[in-house]
Amino acid sequence: MATAIQTRPAGVRWLVRGLSILACIALWQVASTTHANLGIVTFRNVPPPVEVVQSALTLLRSPKLAAHITSSLWRVFAGYGAAVVIGVILGFAIGRSRAASDLLLPPLELLRPIPAVAWIPLSILMFPSSELSMIYITFIGALFPIVLNTVHGVANVDRRLVASARSLGAGELAILAEVVLPDAAPSIVTGLAIGMGTSWFCLVTAEMISGQFGIGYYTWEAYTLQNYADIIVGMLIIGLLGMGSSWLLTTAGRLLMPWRSPKVAR
Amino acid sequence: MNIRVADISTGSVGRIDIADVSISLGAGNDAFEAVSGLDVAIAPGELVCILGPSGCGKSTLLGALAGHLPITAGRLTVDGQTVQGPSPDRGMVFQQHTLFPWKRVRDNVAFGPKMRGLAKKERDRAADAILKLVGLSGFETFYPAQLSGGMQQRVEIARVLINQPRVLLMDEPFSALDAQTRGMMQEVLLDIWSKIPITTVFVTHDIDEALFLADRIVVMSARPGRVIEDIVLPFARPRSQELVTEPEFVRLKRHVMQLLRRPEGAEPLARLSPLGAPP
Repeated sequence: MATAIQTRPAGVRWLVRGLSILACIALWQVASTTHANLGIVTFRNVPPPVEVVQSALTLLRSPKLAAHITSSLWRVFAGYGAAVVIGVILGFAIGRSRAASDLLLPPLELLRPIPAVAWIPLSILMFPSSELSMIYITFIGALFPIVLNTVHGVANVDRRLVASARSLGAGELAILAEVVLPDAAPSIVTGLAIGMGTSWFCLVTAEMISGQFGIGYYTWEAYTLQNYADIIVGMLIIGLLGMGSSWLLTTAGRLLMPWRSPKVAR
Repeated sequence: MNIRVADISTGSVGRIDIADVSISLGAGNDAFEAVSGLDVAIAPGELVCILGPSGCGKSTLLGALAGHLPITAGRLTVDGQTVQGPSPDRGMVFQQHTLFPWKRVRDNVAFGPKMRGLAKKERDRAADAILKLVGLSGFETFYPAQLSGGMQQRVEIARVLINQPRVLLMDEPFSALDAQTRGMMQEVLLDIWSKIPITTVFVTHDIDEALFLADRIVVMSARPGRVIEDIVLPFARPRSQELVTEPEFVRLKRHVMQLLRRPEGAEPLARLSPLGAPP
């Protein structure tokens, strides 16, 4: 009760937050039903929320939804999973060994500024199936944030802790597992979270261009078939999937690093 | 594993010989001699304080004893064996604790036994026993961040002692603590040392601390560090904080202050790390 802000009860704050969302939806409804034209942006072809809800319900009832979502999830799982394994291994090598850093970092630094989306044409040419090329795009999008954050975490390991571990009888392998990995873990998890975001971004883009199933493909198909309400349903599902996967990551991070939140520590 | 306890009590383990030792730090143009031509012999079971102004190379010497820093000249041996790299035989306690934040207190203490391949049950039992000795029973499942500074240093000491080292090396271990906690920790250390009479090299720039703890004080000059006086303290044990007001204590304190007085206008040097110059 020390400050004016805290005197407002929590219930009221949640009410305000809820009303804010409702107000946005109401504005959207008004703008789309009146076909508002603001000059540079027009709501003429934007479906109103009521229509979007109807489309969402139809999609929920059709078997198409599961097929789209599972093929998107599979691509993210494969591409992102490969990026995690390869990225963390590369990050450890570069962060721990000067030779590996000299050998591996220059090509990675050259490739890094190229946005993953710019890889799409070449990857279609490089891989035998569009499925593989999409997985590759997802992989390349997640790889760099994971590598760079792992390198950062591993290279900045507290050398006092390493010296201490050595003094207590730890060999090189034990130092990697018992000191370097946990000390770098917060940084690695940051890389994983950023990588997850870029992974989804790249996947949806790739699916729009070369997909047959998948939630990005569904959204783009809705546009070409002029099912405008479905565009927004697609967008919302993409948002939900992204939110869900980043929630999974932060929860896993919290469970794996209990010392970072001492309240649950005991 | 238990033979060594007997050896320590008979006073045959933990002899340190520092013979004409010089240590250079830094590389290229930044290189300088931190310690020069140092000669000290420490008997088994002795508690020696190395006292000197900041930057005199006393922590550097300790880092070399621990095996973290190479010496550039001379001979450094523990029980006749040349010091080569870090070893659980030479336990080191730093000024700022180096506990693993991701391990609970018990797992931190049991780290050394784990590295030796001891089974989980056995090493946990050993850890709990040594935690009891340092007065931390009941805190086994805490994370280091949940402990006070004094308790963290107790865990640090326990983690080193569980390896039954030949020597205990302490680099200003209490200087980051507040005055009250520091006084208490000095008594805790003497209490532990009375139960496990291990050769201890304790580096400090605090004259009171050195006089209160040590059997013997080695006073070092400013850089490059040389021994300027070797004082055997006459105070009986066990000691209590009342000692600091006794006339002989005050007389010795005045004497050491005289030794360590800086030339007029001289600035103190930066503290050196026992791990050497930063990379």
